[in-house]
Amino acid sequence: MSNFISDISLQINLVDIVLLTILIVVAVAVIRVRDLFEAVVLLGIFSLLSACIFTTLDAVDVAFTEAAVGAGISTVLFLATLTLTAREEKAQYSHSWSGFIVCTLTGGALIYGTLDMPHFGDPDAPIHQHVAPRYIVESPEEIGVPNMVTSVLASYRGYDTLGETTVIFTAGLTVLLLLRRDRRSHNRIASPPTAETTDRRGSHVMHHAMVLRVMSKLFIPLILLFALYVQFHGDFGPGGGFQAGVIFAAAFVLYALIYGVEAAQRVAPPARVQVFVALGLLLYIGTGLASLFAGGNFLEYKVLAHEASHGEHIGILFIELGVGITVAAVIINTFFYFAGRGRA
Amino acid sequence: MSQILGLYNYWIVILLMMAGFYNVIARGNLIKKLIGLNIFQTSVFLLYISMGKVEGGTAPIVAEGMATYSNPLPHVLILTAIVVGIATTSVGLSLVIRIREAYDTIEEDEIQQLDEGP
Repeated sequence: MSNFISDISLQINLVDIVLLTILIVVAVAVIRVRDLFEAVVLLGIFSLLSACIFTTLDAVDVAFTEAAVGAGISTVLFLATLTLTAREEKAQYSHSWSGFIVCTLTGGALIYGTLDMPHFGDPDAPIHQHVAPRYIVESPEEIGVPNMVTSVLASYRGYDTLGETTVIFTAGLTVLLLLRRDRRSHNRIASPPTAETTDRRGSHVMHHAMVLRVMSKLFIPLILLFALYVQFHGDFGPGGGFQAGVIFAAAFVLYALIYGVEAAQRVAPPARVQVFVALGLLLYIGTGLASLFAGGNFLEYKVLAHEASHGEHIGILFIELGVGITVAAVIINTFFYFAGRGRA
Repeated sequence: MSQILGLYNYWIVILLMMAGFYNVIARGNLIKKLIGLNIFQTSVFLLYISMGKVEGGTAPIVAEGMATYSNPLPHVLILTAIVVGIATTSVGLSLVIRIREAYDTIEEDEIQQLDEGP
């Protein structure tokens, strides 16, 4: 039996090593290609590979997020930027020896630093001695949620997650300020498109891609449904507000890619999406304030209901919903601004 | 041999980090720099997740018959970092778009030339 287990862990190690090596090959390819389009597509492959590695390293929630963000949304945003800028990198850059030497020296110093690190998978490593045992042993009882990642994210480290949601909110706001058309040149994005321009442009987008148009109509409801499942099932399996928000937004991005941005903006008017950017964060802060007024500390959910674990459930449900709304709205909004920029 | 197997993950992380770093400092194209930053960022993710892995452990979701779980804390930190990462990358990309509109180029040396004037 023990022989069997060590065989399995060796196999996982082998899978891990092979995937990591492919990852290095892809990274080198990304650096070498001159065509930016190729570089972006390779970067998508890079993200998908790293999501596979996260899965073999037991980080299923992280793999989920990386697959949705890195291979999906990030690729779309990079491609949207390429259409607005340039596709080719200027050829005259040659190998930079000074840069290479700096990297070699830094890398050498870092490798020297790893030599006395605890080995990979070592259960006695310092990282597993501090708070982790408490999270692993007590969180299922204390919070009442099987997914420890969710209970750490939403409850134990609720302040941390609030900070991160605020960063996402601020980033969404910055994109809005940077890419907004000023009022003098007529705010094209904020104004609802008229029907005739939409039809003209919309038919222009992917009129001939019949397979894509039909299949996307079939898939978009499923993607939205899946996003809701990930959102509300995040306590029990991998998932939660961050992943759900990204997947929800991906459905809108897909719709916009195939039917045109104007059609997507009729479904989700940018002015309304912007309200949701703030609404999610307010829901999060509101949950914190609710527990404050119920007699606990800020974000101490157990006072929200008569029973402590019931209160934790309610608190986690609301703040994950807040995170999901803000993330989805920020990504949809960012995509609209990127895609709308080229149409002036 | 056990030294190599035990530290392989970390060495790959360092190689990736340096690959991204080189891309940021040696390339003049702004989009290429952002791609380099993304690779750098992913290497940090890998570092954290590799450290959280426990030999023989499983994903940190309570399941019957499982006693060893990998450390959930790095997972939480990295999960949120990925989404924050895409948000900040989109800010970087929108800056690139604005630079392109103002200078009509996204190559660093050309921008510098334009700034210094003829």
